[in-house]
Amino acid sequence: MAKDRFQAPDYYLIDELLTDEHKLIRDSAREWVKREVSPIIEDACQKAEFPKHLIKGLAEVGAFGPYIPTEYGGGGLDQISYGLIMQELERGDSGIRSTASVQSSLVMYPIYTYGTEEQRKKYLPKLATGQWMGCFGLTEPDHGSNPGGMVTNIKDKGSHYLLNGAKMWISNAPFADIAVVWAKDEEGTIRGLIVERGMKGFTTPETHGKWSLRASATGELVFDNVEVPKENLLPNVKGLKGPLGCLNSARYGIAWGALGAAMDCYDSALRYSKERKQFGRPIGGFQLQQKKLAEMLTEITKGQLLVWRLGKLKNENRATPAQISMAKRNNVYTALWCAREARQIHGGMGITGEYPIMRHMMNLESVITYEGTHDIHLLITGMDITGENAFGG
Amino acid sequence: MKILVCISHVPDTTSKINFTDDKKSFVTQGIQYIINPSDEIALARALELTEKDGGTVTVINVGDNSTEATIRKALAIGATDAVRVNAAPRDAFFVAKQIAEYAGKNSFDMILCGRESIDYNGSQVPSMVAEMLSLPAVNSVKSLNVEGSTATLDREIEGGKEVVTCPLPCVVSATEGMAEPRIPNMRGIMSARTKPLTVIEPVTAENMQQIVSYDKPQPRTQVKLIDAANVAALVDALHNEAKVI
Repeated sequence: MAKDRFQAPDYYLIDELLTDEHKLIRDSAREWVKREVSPIIEDACQKAEFPKHLIKGLAEVGAFGPYIPTEYGGGGLDQISYGLIMQELERGDSGIRSTASVQSSLVMYPIYTYGTEEQRKKYLPKLATGQWMGCFGLTEPDHGSNPGGMVTNIKDKGSHYLLNGAKMWISNAPFADIAVVWAKDEEGTIRGLIVERGMKGFTTPETHGKWSLRASATGELVFDNVEVPKENLLPNVKGLKGPLGCLNSARYGIAWGALGAAMDCYDSALRYSKERKQFGRPIGGFQLQQKKLAEMLTEITKGQLLVWRLGKLKNENRATPAQISMAKRNNVYTALWCAREARQIHGGMGITGEYPIMRHMMNLESVITYEGTHDIHLLITGMDITGENAFGG
Repeated sequence: MKILVCISHVPDTTSKINFTDDKKSFVTQGIQYIINPSDEIALARALELTEKDGGTVTVINVGDNSTEATIRKALAIGATDAVRVNAAPRDAFFVAKQIAEYAGKNSFDMILCGRESIDYNGSQVPSMVAEMLSLPAVNSVKSLNVEGSTATLDREIEGGKEVVTCPLPCVVSATEGMAEPRIPNMRGIMSARTKPLTVIEPVTAENMQQIVSYDKPQPRTQVKLIDAANVAALVDALHNEAKVI
């Protein structure tokens, strides 16, 4: 890939809404992405390999549990800092951001929020440094948008729980040291457990042949009579609100992250439109290209204001799940649309690995589906404003 | 070892530079500021030296309170503490005088600066500080090593390399190659919150320079290519179009 010349758009001077520390955190993550991610990411995607050597750096820039209190190895930072880190990582690649989202919001968050003090002390410091990596098992082959229908189950065997079932589309699964797994108990109540690699009957086959998130490892979690110690149950939550709480945190990060991908597409398209000449002048001088660029920047700016406000609400513990759904849905769609517009501005070059556009576009096809599909988030907003449940069933 | 690193607060290299209509000042709205790149190299080398052999790194900046975010970044990168001389820098002599005043009272083993700041590109401060403190100054240094009380320095010179040694304390200005600038990590950013940043008032210094006006460089003009074999056309263009001969 060509040298990373990214310059972030800030049309509404949104930087003025951030603290000096927010900007330092963001700029450090941005610099790290330029130095460590951009030079290798195209190759990693082409080869469909997760660049494992980035884990240490991800931990250092604060990508693992930035909002987890410092006493457990986290950063003790606010939600806007978390969002900004996700934005910068996804500016590099959605797959790298996914790895960080899973570690922070789907593994560290539930252990911190629903776990015992012993579980927090045992797992969080190692997850914060990347010494241990985690994954999150909710989705099943037959239960995606309807996780409450899951069939993975636990049976109380006195000294331990016996876990059976399978989870699918699990980011980080192939190399994760631990998995936060959601399963139904004998009463049909959803419970969370921490399953460790090495437990007998627990395997994590990798999913091959993806056209999206190729630099992130995805796999299955298969549980065949796995004996999980009782102390590995997350005691402080029961029911679907457990996993949904995690998803709220992750979706919030994705709303910021997707904007990073949108910004990268816009920035690349803007630069290309000034450099590429046709009919004797830069293509940026033609109205149809200006329309694309102007609309991209408008949507990005709206998205920036959306997540900044959402971050403020989240800092005050006032962000509702429906508000988070709106931001995730809007910003991921914005990013995917920007990628498609940017691809056209780049002409044929847009399909090559010389530019990040096609990689972002393909990645975003996953992002618009995982963590609540585009359609499901619409129904969440619909239910929130009408009071009517349109999910069916 | 006790090292003082001088840092300037300068516009990011990608910033669009504009001046006020009266050409008297620089428009700061929308400008992102950074640590001057060669100062960042100096800071990185200072940290390498103290991490290896022990010691402290103090950063000093002459500026009003708008520079504190830049100073915090230096602390986040790893400096032990920081000093801000509370004054808008007027010229190189003024800045050098403030640094020399502080350094003279706090006996450092080495004063490290960047080769030049990317805003005014004066390259004057390091030598002035050295002169004011009667210390040796070595400029544009690509490699710096310390053995006991002697520094060995590589300088890039026209067509080659010069290796010099000088006793500590000394003033060194850094250029590319001396060290890789560091990115602050989250632990560094968090610890920077509580590291000491002392604000001191400036000493009086004579005004040696005055900025009369600012102008942008002329925009680049179109290049006209003339066939190498067609000397007559070249002469004609230089004479009648460019009017230089």
